[in-house]
Amino acid sequence: MESNISFTLKVWRQAGPKEKGGFKNYEMKDIPTDTSFLEMLDILNEQLIEKGEEPIVFDHDCREGICGMCSLYINGHPHGPATGATTCQLYMRRFHDGETITVEPWRSAAFPVIKDLMVDRNAFDKIQQAGGYVSFNCGGAQDANAVLIPKTAADEAMDSATCIGCGACVAACKNGSAMLFVSAKVSQFALLPQGRAEAARRVKAMVSKMDELGFGNCTNTGACAAECPKNIKLSNIARMNREYLCAKIKD
Amino acid sequence: MWLTNSSVGRKMVMGITGLFLVLFVTFHVLMNAVALFSPEGYNAVCEFLGANWYAILGTLVLAAGFVIHIIYSFWLTLQNRRARGNDAYEVSKRPATVEWASQNMLVLGIIVVCFLIVHFVQFWAKMQLPELLGEHLEFTGMGYVYSAFGQVWTLPVYIIGFIALWFHMTHGFWSAFQSIGANNDVWLSRWKATAKVWATVVCLLFAVEAIWFTIEAQDKSNMDKYGINTEAVVENAVSDAIEAMGITITDVE
Ligand code: HEM
Ligand code: FES
Repeated sequence: MESNISFTLKVWRQAGPKEKGGFKNYEMKDIPTDTSFLEMLDILNEQLIEKGEEPIVFDHDCREGICGMCSLYINGHPHGPATGATTCQLYMRRFHDGETITVEPWRSAAFPVIKDLMVDRNAFDKIQQAGGYVSFNCGGAQDANAVLIPKTAADEAMDSATCIGCGACVAACKNGSAMLFVSAKVSQFALLPQGRAEAARRVKAMVSKMDELGFGNCTNTGACAAECPKNIKLSNIARMNREYLCAKIKD
Repeated sequence: MWLTNSSVGRKMVMGITGLFLVLFVTFHVLMNAVALFSPEGYNAVCEFLGANWYAILGTLVLAAGFVIHIIYSFWLTLQNRRARGNDAYEVSKRPATVEWASQNMLVLGIIVVCFLIVHFVQFWAKMQLPELLGEHLEFTGMGYVYSAFGQVWTLPVYIIGFIALWFHMTHGFWSAFQSIGANNDVWLSRWKATAKVWATVVCLLFAVEAIWFTIEAQDKSNMDKYGINTEAVVENAVSDAIEAMGITITDVE
Protein backbone atom coordinates (compact mmCIF):
# COMPACT_ATOMS: atom_id res chain seq x y z
CA MET A 1 0.00 0.00 0.00
CA GLU A 2 1.27 3.41 -0.87
CA SER A 3 2.29 5.83 1.84
CA ASN A 4 4.82 8.61 2.21
CA ILE A 5 8.09 8.31 4.09
CA SER A 6 10.70 10.82 5.21
CA PHE A 7 14.33 9.82 5.67
CA THR A 8 17.94 10.98 5.63
CA LEU A 9 20.04 10.24 2.56
CA LYS A 10 23.74 9.96 3.30
CA VAL A 11 25.40 10.30 -0.10
CA TRP A 12 29.04 10.09 -1.21
CA ARG A 13 30.03 13.32 -2.98
CA GLN A 14 33.32 13.55 -4.84
CA ALA A 15 34.06 16.36 -7.29
CA GLY A 16 36.42 14.37 -9.50
CA PRO A 17 38.67 11.29 -9.76
CA LYS A 18 41.57 12.93 -7.93
CA GLU A 19 39.45 14.97 -5.52
CA LYS A 20 38.89 13.92 -1.93
CA GLY A 21 35.31 12.79 -1.37
CA GLY A 22 33.05 12.71 1.66
CA PHE A 23 29.51 12.00 2.79
CA LYS A 24 26.82 14.62 2.69
CA ASN A 25 23.39 14.29 4.32
CA TYR A 26 20.12 15.26 2.63
CA GLU A 27 16.74 15.30 4.35
CA MET A 28 14.06 13.80 2.11
CA LYS A 29 10.46 14.71 2.99
CA ASP A 30 7.26 12.85 2.09
CA ILE A 31 8.52 10.57 -0.66
CA PRO A 32 5.80 8.17 -1.92
CA THR A 33 6.85 4.55 -1.36
CA ASP A 34 6.08 3.58 -4.95
CA THR A 35 8.80 5.95 -6.17
CA SER A 36 11.78 4.05 -7.55
CA PHE A 37 15.15 4.68 -5.95
CA LEU A 38 16.44 6.48 -9.04
CA GLU A 39 13.28 8.61 -9.27
CA MET A 40 13.86 9.56 -5.67
CA LEU A 41 17.39 10.69 -6.62
CA ASP A 42 15.87 12.63 -9.55
CA ILE A 43 13.59 14.43 -7.07
CA LEU A 44 16.59 15.27 -4.90
CA ASN A 45 18.58 16.48 -7.91
CA GLU A 46 15.76 18.81 -9.00
CA GLN A 47 15.71 20.28 -5.50
CA LEU A 48 19.49 20.71 -5.64
CA ILE A 49 19.35 22.40 -9.04
CA GLU A 50 16.61 24.77 -7.81
CA LYS A 51 18.84 25.67 -4.88
CA GLY A 52 21.73 26.26 -7.28
CA GLU A 53 23.77 23.31 -6.01
CA GLU A 54 25.54 20.63 -8.08
CA PRO A 55 23.23 17.66 -8.72
CA ILE A 56 24.44 14.20 -7.67
CA VAL A 57 26.04 12.28 -10.53
CA PHE A 58 25.02 8.63 -10.88
CA ASP A 59 24.90 6.13 -13.74
CA HIS A 60 21.60 4.96 -15.25
CA ASP A 61 20.11 4.28 -18.63
CA CYS A 62 17.33 1.77 -19.36
CA ARG A 63 15.76 1.89 -15.90
CA GLU A 64 14.25 -1.54 -16.48
CA GLY A 65 17.03 -3.83 -15.32
CA ILE A 66 18.59 -4.82 -18.63
CA CYS A 67 21.40 -2.40 -19.50
CA GLY A 68 23.61 -2.72 -16.42
CA MET A 69 24.34 0.98 -16.17
CA CYS A 70 22.86 1.69 -12.73
CA SER A 71 25.10 0.89 -9.80
CA LEU A 72 25.03 2.32 -6.22
CA TYR A 73 26.00 0.55 -3.01
CA ILE A 74 22.95 1.13 -0.82
CA ASN A 75 22.90 0.31 2.91
CA GLY A 76 25.73 -2.20 2.57
CA HIS A 77 24.55 -4.00 -0.57
CA PRO A 78 25.29 -3.45 -4.26
CA HIS A 79 21.94 -2.52 -5.86
CA GLY A 80 20.45 -2.17 -2.39
CA PRO A 81 18.64 -4.56 -0.09
CA ALA A 82 16.43 -6.26 -2.70
CA THR A 83 17.73 -9.55 -4.15
CA GLY A 84 17.73 -10.38 -7.85
CA ALA A 85 17.07 -6.75 -8.79
CA THR A 86 19.05 -3.78 -10.03
CA THR A 87 19.04 -0.34 -8.40
CA CYS A 88 16.62 0.91 -11.06
CA GLN A 89 14.22 -1.87 -10.02
CA LEU A 90 14.43 -0.90 -6.34
CA TYR A 91 11.47 0.93 -4.79
CA MET A 92 11.25 3.13 -1.74
CA ARG A 93 8.81 0.71 -0.08
CA ARG A 94 11.92 -1.25 0.91
CA PHE A 95 12.83 1.55 3.33
CA HIS A 96 11.35 2.89 6.54
CA ASP A 97 10.24 6.24 7.79
CA GLY A 98 13.04 8.00 9.70
CA GLU A 99 15.76 5.70 8.37
CA THR A 100 19.23 6.85 7.26
CA ILE A 101 20.01 5.45 3.82
CA THR A 102 23.70 5.32 2.95
CA VAL A 103 24.53 5.54 -0.76
CA GLU A 104 28.10 4.85 -1.93
CA PRO A 105 29.79 4.23 -5.27
CA TRP A 106 31.18 0.79 -6.22
CA ARG A 107 34.52 0.57 -4.45
CA SER A 108 37.28 -1.38 -6.11
CA ALA A 109 40.71 -0.35 -7.37
CA ALA A 110 39.78 -1.35 -10.93
CA PHE A 111 36.64 0.83 -10.81
CA PRO A 112 37.90 4.34 -9.95
CA VAL A 113 35.33 7.00 -9.08
CA ILE A 114 34.68 9.48 -11.90
CA LYS A 115 32.39 11.75 -9.95
CA ASP A 116 30.10 11.27 -6.93
CA LEU A 117 28.45 7.87 -7.40
CA MET A 118 29.68 7.21 -10.94
CA VAL A 119 32.61 4.84 -11.42
CA ASP A 120 34.66 3.93 -14.45
CA ARG A 121 33.74 0.38 -15.51
CA ASN A 122 35.76 0.43 -18.71
CA ALA A 123 37.76 -2.51 -17.41
CA PHE A 124 34.79 -4.79 -18.16
CA ASP A 125 34.68 -3.59 -21.77
CA LYS A 126 38.38 -4.32 -22.11
CA ILE A 127 37.88 -7.87 -20.81
CA GLN A 128 35.03 -8.38 -23.30
CA GLN A 129 37.16 -7.03 -26.15
CA ALA A 130 39.89 -9.50 -25.22
CA GLY A 131 37.73 -12.48 -26.17
CA GLY A 132 34.08 -12.24 -25.15
CA TYR A 133 32.72 -12.87 -28.62
CA VAL A 134 32.58 -15.37 -31.49
CA SER A 135 34.95 -14.26 -34.23
CA PHE A 136 33.33 -15.89 -37.26
CA ASN A 137 30.24 -14.89 -39.23
CA CYS A 138 27.23 -17.00 -38.41
CA GLY A 139 25.82 -16.77 -41.94
CA GLY A 140 22.13 -17.06 -42.72
CA ALA A 141 19.67 -18.79 -40.42
CA GLN A 142 19.86 -22.57 -40.72
CA ASP A 143 17.35 -25.25 -39.87
CA ALA A 144 16.55 -25.19 -36.18
CA ASN A 145 17.88 -28.70 -35.65
CA ALA A 146 20.98 -28.52 -37.84
CA VAL A 147 23.12 -28.15 -34.71
CA LEU A 148 21.74 -30.14 -31.79
CA ILE A 149 22.00 -28.42 -28.42
CA PRO A 150 20.73 -30.15 -25.30
CA LYS A 151 18.08 -28.20 -23.43
CA THR A 152 20.13 -28.15 -20.22
CA ALA A 153 23.11 -26.60 -22.04
CA ALA A 154 20.91 -24.05 -23.79
CA ASP A 155 19.25 -23.12 -20.48
CA GLU A 156 22.55 -22.73 -18.67
CA ALA A 157 24.07 -20.71 -21.47
CA MET A 158 21.01 -18.47 -21.41
CA ASP A 159 21.24 -18.07 -17.61
CA SER A 160 24.91 -17.09 -17.90
CA ALA A 161 24.15 -14.70 -20.75
CA THR A 162 21.72 -12.76 -18.57
CA CYS A 163 24.73 -11.08 -16.92
CA ILE A 164 24.33 -7.36 -17.62
CA GLY A 165 27.93 -6.50 -16.71
CA CYS A 166 26.96 -4.01 -14.01
CA GLY A 167 29.93 -4.83 -11.77
CA ALA A 168 27.95 -5.61 -8.61
CA CYS A 169 30.05 -8.79 -8.23
CA VAL A 170 33.26 -6.76 -8.05
CA ALA A 171 31.64 -4.24 -5.73
CA ALA A 172 30.51 -7.01 -3.38
CA CYS A 173 33.81 -8.88 -3.37
CA LYS A 174 36.24 -8.30 -0.53
CA ASN A 175 38.96 -9.36 -3.00
CA GLY A 176 37.91 -7.03 -5.81
CA SER A 177 37.60 -10.10 -8.02
CA ALA A 178 35.78 -10.03 -11.36
CA MET A 179 35.56 -13.80 -11.69
CA LEU A 180 31.76 -14.02 -11.61
CA PHE A 181 31.45 -11.59 -14.52
CA VAL A 182 34.25 -13.17 -16.56
CA SER A 183 33.05 -16.70 -15.85
CA ALA A 184 29.51 -15.85 -16.95
CA LYS A 185 30.84 -14.50 -20.25
CA VAL A 186 33.13 -17.52 -20.68
CA SER A 187 30.29 -19.91 -19.85
CA GLN A 188 27.67 -18.48 -22.17
CA PHE A 189 29.94 -19.41 -25.09
CA ALA A 190 31.64 -22.52 -23.72
CA LEU A 191 28.30 -24.26 -23.27
CA LEU A 192 27.28 -23.90 -26.92
CA PRO A 193 28.83 -25.59 -29.97
CA GLN A 194 29.40 -22.30 -31.77
CA GLY A 195 31.34 -20.99 -28.80
CA ARG A 196 33.34 -24.16 -28.17
CA ALA A 197 35.37 -23.63 -31.32
CA GLU A 198 37.29 -20.80 -29.68
CA ALA A 199 36.74 -21.74 -26.04
CA ALA A 200 40.39 -22.28 -25.10
CA ARG A 201 41.66 -19.10 -26.71
CA ARG A 202 38.78 -17.11 -25.23
CA VAL A 203 39.21 -18.20 -21.62
CA LYS A 204 42.96 -17.63 -21.70
CA ALA A 205 42.61 -14.16 -23.23
CA MET A 206 39.83 -13.02 -20.91
CA VAL A 207 41.49 -14.31 -17.73
CA SER A 208 44.80 -12.75 -18.63
CA LYS A 209 43.13 -9.40 -19.40
CA MET A 210 41.26 -9.62 -16.09
CA ASP A 211 44.54 -10.24 -14.22
CA GLU A 212 46.33 -7.48 -16.10
CA LEU A 213 43.65 -4.97 -15.10
CA GLY A 214 44.32 -5.72 -11.44
CA PHE A 215 41.22 -7.64 -10.35
CA GLY A 216 41.74 -9.91 -7.34
CA ASN A 217 41.98 -13.67 -6.86
CA CYS A 218 38.65 -15.30 -6.02
CA THR A 219 38.53 -16.96 -2.60
CA ASN A 220 35.06 -18.38 -3.17
CA THR A 221 33.28 -16.36 -0.52
CA GLY A 222 30.23 -16.27 -2.79
CA ALA A 223 29.30 -12.66 -2.00
CA CYS A 224 29.20 -11.96 -5.76
CA ALA A 225 26.52 -14.54 -6.53
CA ALA A 226 24.54 -13.58 -3.42
CA GLU A 227 24.40 -9.92 -4.54
CA CYS A 228 24.10 -10.42 -8.30
CA PRO A 229 20.95 -8.74 -9.65
CA LYS A 230 20.71 -11.46 -12.30
CA ASN A 231 21.40 -14.41 -9.96
CA ILE A 232 24.45 -15.56 -11.92
CA LYS A 233 25.58 -18.77 -10.27
CA LEU A 234 28.88 -19.55 -8.53
CA SER A 235 29.23 -22.72 -10.62
CA ASN A 236 30.21 -20.49 -13.56
CA ILE A 237 33.48 -19.77 -11.77
CA ALA A 238 34.21 -23.47 -11.40
CA ARG A 239 33.51 -23.88 -15.13
CA MET A 240 35.87 -21.03 -16.00
CA ASN A 241 38.60 -22.50 -13.78
CA ARG A 242 38.11 -25.89 -15.43
CA GLU A 243 38.20 -24.41 -18.94
CA TYR A 244 41.29 -22.39 -18.13
CA LEU A 245 43.24 -25.16 -16.40
CA CYS A 246 42.42 -27.68 -19.17
CA ALA A 247 43.49 -25.17 -21.82
CA LYS A 248 46.78 -24.48 -20.03
CA ILE A 249 47.55 -28.12 -19.35
CA LYS A 250 46.96 -28.94 -23.03
CA ASP A 251 49.38 -26.21 -24.15
CA MET B 1 54.50 -19.34 -15.82
CA TRP B 2 50.74 -19.55 -15.42
CA LEU B 3 50.95 -21.12 -11.95
CA THR B 4 52.34 -17.82 -10.68
CA ASN B 5 51.15 -15.28 -13.27
CA SER B 6 47.47 -16.07 -13.54
CA SER B 7 44.81 -15.80 -10.87
CA VAL B 8 43.30 -19.15 -11.81
CA GLY B 9 46.72 -20.84 -11.75
CA ARG B 10 47.57 -19.34 -8.35
CA LYS B 11 44.25 -20.51 -6.99
CA MET B 12 44.93 -23.99 -8.28
CA VAL B 13 48.23 -24.09 -6.39
CA MET B 14 46.40 -22.90 -3.28
CA GLY B 15 43.72 -25.56 -3.73
CA ILE B 16 46.11 -28.46 -4.41
CA THR B 17 48.42 -27.63 -1.48
CA GLY B 18 45.35 -27.11 0.73
CA LEU B 19 43.90 -30.49 -0.19
CA PHE B 20 47.28 -32.09 0.39
CA LEU B 21 47.34 -30.56 3.88
CA VAL B 22 43.81 -31.84 4.50
CA LEU B 23 45.00 -35.35 3.60
CA PHE B 24 48.01 -34.99 5.88
CA VAL B 25 45.91 -33.74 8.78
CA THR B 26 43.54 -36.67 8.31
CA PHE B 27 46.43 -39.13 8.29
CA HIS B 28 47.84 -37.47 11.40
CA VAL B 29 44.63 -37.70 13.40
CA LEU B 30 44.20 -41.36 12.51
CA MET B 31 47.77 -42.10 13.57
CA ASN B 32 47.16 -40.39 16.91
CA ALA B 33 44.07 -42.51 17.36
CA VAL B 34 46.35 -45.54 17.74
CA ALA B 35 47.53 -44.03 21.02
CA LEU B 36 43.98 -44.01 22.36
CA PHE B 37 43.83 -47.78 22.17
CA SER B 38 47.41 -48.93 22.47
CA PRO B 39 50.30 -46.88 23.84
CA GLU B 40 52.73 -49.63 22.74
CA GLY B 41 51.31 -49.47 19.22
CA TYR B 42 51.81 -45.73 19.15
CA ASN B 43 55.40 -46.11 20.29
CA ALA B 44 55.96 -48.54 17.44
CA VAL B 45 54.49 -46.04 14.96
CA CYS B 46 56.79 -43.32 16.30
CA GLU B 47 59.82 -45.55 16.04
CA PHE B 48 58.83 -46.51 12.50
CA LEU B 49 58.52 -42.84 11.55
CA GLY B 50 61.68 -41.71 13.30
CA ALA B 51 64.47 -40.46 11.12
CA ASN B 52 64.26 -43.06 8.35
CA TRP B 53 64.64 -41.97 4.78
CA TYR B 54 60.92 -42.31 4.06
CA ALA B 55 59.97 -40.30 7.11
CA ILE B 56 62.49 -37.61 6.17
CA LEU B 57 61.24 -37.55 2.59
CA GLY B 58 57.66 -37.30 3.87
CA THR B 59 58.64 -34.45 6.18
CA LEU B 60 60.31 -32.58 3.34
CA VAL B 61 57.32 -32.95 1.01
CA LEU B 62 55.01 -31.89 3.81
CA ALA B 63 57.17 -28.88 4.67
CA ALA B 64 57.17 -27.87 1.01
CA GLY B 65 53.37 -28.14 0.96
CA PHE B 66 53.07 -25.91 4.00
CA VAL B 67 55.61 -23.38 2.77
CA ILE B 68 53.97 -23.04 -0.66
CA HIS B 69 50.50 -22.82 0.89
CA ILE B 70 51.58 -20.14 3.34
CA ILE B 71 53.60 -18.08 0.83
CA TYR B 72 50.71 -18.14 -1.64
CA SER B 73 48.21 -17.27 1.07
CA PHE B 74 50.05 -14.08 2.00
CA TRP B 75 50.74 -13.26 -1.63
CA LEU B 76 47.13 -13.74 -2.73
CA THR B 77 45.78 -11.84 0.25
CA LEU B 78 48.08 -8.89 -0.48
CA GLN B 79 47.06 -8.87 -4.14
CA ASN B 80 43.40 -9.03 -3.17
CA ARG B 81 43.76 -6.11 -0.80
CA ARG B 82 45.37 -4.08 -3.55
CA ALA B 83 42.59 -5.06 -5.96
CA ARG B 84 40.01 -4.02 -3.42
CA GLY B 85 41.57 -0.58 -2.99
CA ASN B 86 41.99 1.64 0.05
CA ASP B 87 38.49 3.08 0.27
CA ALA B 88 36.38 1.01 2.60
CA TYR B 89 32.60 1.04 2.48
CA GLU B 90 30.90 3.07 5.17
CA VAL B 91 28.19 0.43 5.54
CA SER B 92 28.88 -3.14 4.50
CA LYS B 93 26.75 -6.22 5.15
CA ARG B 94 27.70 -9.85 4.72
CA PRO B 95 25.03 -11.73 2.74
CA ALA B 96 23.56 -14.66 4.69
CA THR B 97 25.03 -17.27 2.35
CA VAL B 98 28.61 -16.04 2.77
CA GLU B 99 30.54 -18.08 5.35
CA TRP B 100 32.39 -16.10 7.96
CA ALA B 101 35.41 -18.39 7.55
CA SER B 102 35.64 -17.65 3.84
CA GLN B 103 36.40 -14.01 4.58
CA ASN B 104 38.92 -14.73 7.32
CA MET B 105 41.06 -17.51 5.87
CA LEU B 106 44.36 -15.73 6.42
CA VAL B 107 43.62 -14.94 10.07
CA LEU B 108 42.52 -18.52 10.67
CA GLY B 109 45.66 -19.76 8.92
CA ILE B 110 47.85 -17.54 11.08
CA ILE B 111 46.25 -18.95 14.24
CA VAL B 112 46.96 -22.44 12.89
CA VAL B 113 50.60 -21.45 12.28
CA CYS B 114 50.97 -20.15 15.85
CA PHE B 115 49.60 -23.42 17.12
CA LEU B 116 51.94 -25.33 14.83
CA ILE B 117 54.96 -23.51 16.25
CA VAL B 118 54.02 -24.62 19.77
CA HIS B 119 53.34 -28.11 18.45
CA PHE B 120 56.75 -28.27 16.75
CA VAL B 121 58.62 -27.12 19.81
CA GLN B 122 56.83 -29.75 21.88
CA PHE B 123 57.23 -32.67 19.51
CA TRP B 124 59.25 -32.36 16.33
CA ALA B 125 62.11 -30.48 18.00
CA LYS B 126 62.32 -33.25 20.61
CA MET B 127 61.75 -36.26 18.41
CA GLN B 128 62.81 -36.13 14.76
CA LEU B 129 65.27 -33.25 15.06
CA PRO B 130 67.57 -34.80 17.75
CA GLU B 131 67.43 -38.10 15.93
CA LEU B 132 68.58 -36.36 12.76
CA LEU B 133 71.45 -34.93 14.81
CA GLY B 134 72.32 -38.43 15.91
CA GLU B 135 71.23 -38.14 19.53
CA HIS B 136 69.43 -40.79 21.52
CA LEU B 137 65.87 -40.02 22.57
CA GLU B 138 65.17 -39.97 26.26
CA PHE B 139 61.48 -40.83 25.90
CA THR B 140 59.27 -42.93 23.64
CA GLY B 141 56.54 -41.38 21.49
CA MET B 142 54.07 -41.74 24.35
CA GLY B 143 56.66 -40.22 26.70
CA TYR B 144 56.67 -36.97 24.73
CA VAL B 145 52.86 -37.01 24.58
CA TYR B 146 52.66 -37.34 28.38
CA SER B 147 55.27 -34.69 29.04
CA ALA B 148 53.56 -32.21 26.68
CA PHE B 149 50.01 -32.79 27.89
CA GLY B 150 51.12 -32.91 31.52
CA GLN B 151 51.37 -29.13 31.30
CA VAL B 152 48.14 -27.29 32.06
CA TRP B 153 48.34 -24.77 29.21
CA THR B 154 48.82 -27.37 26.49
CA LEU B 155 45.19 -28.47 26.21
CA PRO B 156 43.65 -24.99 25.81
CA VAL B 157 46.27 -24.01 23.22
CA TYR B 158 45.53 -27.15 21.23
CA ILE B 159 41.77 -26.65 21.42
CA ILE B 160 42.16 -23.11 20.04
CA GLY B 161 44.28 -24.52 17.21
CA PHE B 162 41.63 -27.16 16.40
CA ILE B 163 38.81 -24.61 16.35
CA ALA B 164 40.75 -22.41 13.92
CA LEU B 165 41.53 -25.47 11.81
CA TRP B 166 37.86 -26.45 11.79
CA PHE B 167 36.78 -23.08 10.44
CA HIS B 168 39.64 -23.07 7.93
CA MET B 169 38.77 -26.53 6.67
CA THR B 170 34.99 -26.10 6.48
CA HIS B 171 35.53 -23.41 3.86
CA GLY B 172 38.88 -24.54 2.44
CA PHE B 173 37.78 -28.07 1.60
CA TRP B 174 34.97 -27.18 -0.80
CA SER B 175 36.70 -24.01 -1.97
CA ALA B 176 39.65 -26.09 -3.16
CA PHE B 177 37.40 -28.18 -5.42
CA GLN B 178 35.85 -25.00 -6.80
CA SER B 179 39.35 -23.60 -7.43
CA ILE B 180 40.51 -26.63 -9.39
CA GLY B 181 37.29 -26.60 -11.41
CA ALA B 182 35.85 -29.79 -9.96
CA ASN B 183 32.49 -28.31 -9.10
CA ASN B 184 29.04 -27.59 -10.49
CA ASP B 185 25.54 -26.84 -9.22
CA VAL B 186 24.99 -30.39 -7.99
CA TRP B 187 28.39 -30.89 -6.42
CA LEU B 188 28.54 -27.49 -4.72
CA SER B 189 26.19 -28.56 -1.94
CA ARG B 190 27.78 -32.03 -1.80
CA TRP B 191 31.28 -30.61 -1.36
CA LYS B 192 30.01 -28.16 1.25
CA ALA B 193 28.39 -30.97 3.23
CA THR B 194 31.48 -33.17 2.91
CA ALA B 195 33.64 -30.26 4.07
CA LYS B 196 31.55 -29.81 7.23
CA VAL B 197 31.52 -33.51 8.06
CA TRP B 198 35.22 -34.04 7.28
CA ALA B 199 36.39 -31.01 9.25
CA THR B 200 34.16 -31.92 12.18
CA VAL B 201 35.31 -35.55 12.35
CA VAL B 202 38.98 -34.59 12.08
CA CYS B 203 38.90 -31.72 14.58
CA LEU B 204 36.66 -33.52 17.05
CA LEU B 205 38.89 -36.57 17.00
CA PHE B 206 41.95 -34.36 17.55
CA ALA B 207 40.17 -32.76 20.52
CA VAL B 208 39.17 -36.12 22.00
CA GLU B 209 42.77 -37.28 21.69
CA ALA B 210 44.13 -34.15 23.35
CA ILE B 211 41.68 -34.47 26.24
CA TRP B 212 42.45 -38.17 26.65
CA PHE B 213 46.22 -37.54 26.68
CA THR B 214 45.75 -34.78 29.25
CA ILE B 215 43.85 -37.18 31.52
CA GLU B 216 46.38 -39.99 31.04
CA ALA B 217 49.30 -37.65 31.64
CA GLN B 218 48.00 -36.95 35.17
CA ASP B 219 48.68 -40.58 36.09
CA LYS B 220 52.46 -40.67 36.54
CA SER B 221 52.65 -44.45 36.32
CA ASN B 222 51.78 -44.21 32.61
CA MET B 223 55.01 -42.35 32.02
CA ASP B 224 57.01 -45.07 33.76
CA LYS B 225 55.18 -47.82 31.92
CA TYR B 226 55.16 -46.44 28.35
CA GLY B 227 57.18 -43.25 28.32
CA ILE B 228 60.80 -44.19 28.95
CA ASN B 229 62.98 -45.18 26.03
CA THR B 230 64.69 -48.14 27.71
CA GLU B 231 67.17 -48.72 24.90
CA ALA B 232 68.39 -45.16 25.12
CA VAL B 233 68.58 -45.41 28.91
CA VAL B 234 70.92 -48.37 28.59
CA GLU B 235 73.00 -46.74 25.86
CA ASN B 236 73.23 -43.50 27.77
CA ALA B 237 74.20 -45.37 30.94
CA VAL B 238 76.96 -47.17 29.06
CA SER B 239 78.38 -43.97 27.60
CA ASP B 240 78.12 -42.24 30.98
CA ALA B 241 80.02 -45.10 32.60
CA ILE B 242 82.68 -45.02 29.94
CA GLU B 243 83.04 -41.30 30.42
CA ALA B 244 83.24 -41.74 34.18
CA MET B 245 86.12 -44.14 33.71
CA GLY B 246 88.00 -41.39 31.97
CA ILE B 247 88.19 -43.14 28.64
CA THR B 248 87.64 -41.13 25.50
CA ILE B 249 86.45 -43.09 22.54
CA THR B 250 87.61 -41.94 19.18
CA ASP B 251 85.88 -43.12 16.06
CA VAL B 252 87.33 -46.46 15.12
CA GLU B 253 86.20 -46.16 11.56
C1 HEM C 1 46.95 -27.94 8.25
C2 HEM C 1 46.74 -26.78 7.90
C3 HEM C 1 45.99 -26.26 6.70
C4 HEM C 1 45.06 -26.86 5.91
C5 HEM C 1 44.52 -28.26 6.02
C6 HEM C 1 44.66 -25.88 4.91
C7 HEM C 1 43.74 -26.11 3.92
C8 HEM C 1 43.32 -25.16 3.01
C9 HEM C 1 42.47 -25.39 1.90
C10 HEM C 1 41.90 -26.73 1.48
C11 HEM C 1 42.26 -24.19 1.27
C12 HEM C 1 41.38 -23.93 0.07
C13 HEM C 1 42.16 -23.57 -1.14
C14 HEM C 1 41.32 -22.88 -2.17
O1 HEM C 1 40.42 -22.11 -1.85
O2 HEM C 1 41.58 -23.10 -3.35
C15 HEM C 1 42.98 -23.21 2.00
C16 HEM C 1 42.99 -21.86 1.70
C17 HEM C 1 43.69 -20.92 2.39
N1 HEM C 1 44.64 -21.16 3.37
FE1 HEM C 1 44.97 -22.92 4.23
N2 HEM C 1 45.33 -24.73 5.13
C18 HEM C 1 46.16 -24.92 6.21
C19 HEM C 1 47.04 -24.02 6.74
C20 HEM C 1 47.11 -22.69 6.37
C21 HEM C 1 48.04 -21.75 6.91
C22 HEM C 1 49.09 -22.10 7.92
C23 HEM C 1 47.78 -20.54 6.32
C24 HEM C 1 48.40 -19.18 6.48
C25 HEM C 1 49.14 -18.68 7.28
C26 HEM C 1 46.69 -20.73 5.43
C27 HEM C 1 46.11 -19.73 4.69
C28 HEM C 1 45.13 -19.93 3.76
C29 HEM C 1 44.48 -18.88 3.04
C30 HEM C 1 44.72 -17.38 3.16
C31 HEM C 1 43.56 -19.50 2.18
C32 HEM C 1 42.61 -18.83 1.25
C33 HEM C 1 43.32 -18.52 -0.01
C34 HEM C 1 42.41 -18.40 -1.13
O3 HEM C 1 41.32 -18.98 -1.12
O4 HEM C 1 42.79 -17.70 -2.08
N3 HEM C 1 46.31 -22.05 5.47
N4 HEM C 1 43.63 -23.81 3.05
S1 FES D 1 19.47 1.45 -15.51
FE1 FES D 1 19.65 -0.20 -16.91
S2 FES D 1 19.87 -1.85 -15.52
FE2 FES D 1 19.44 -0.24 -14.16
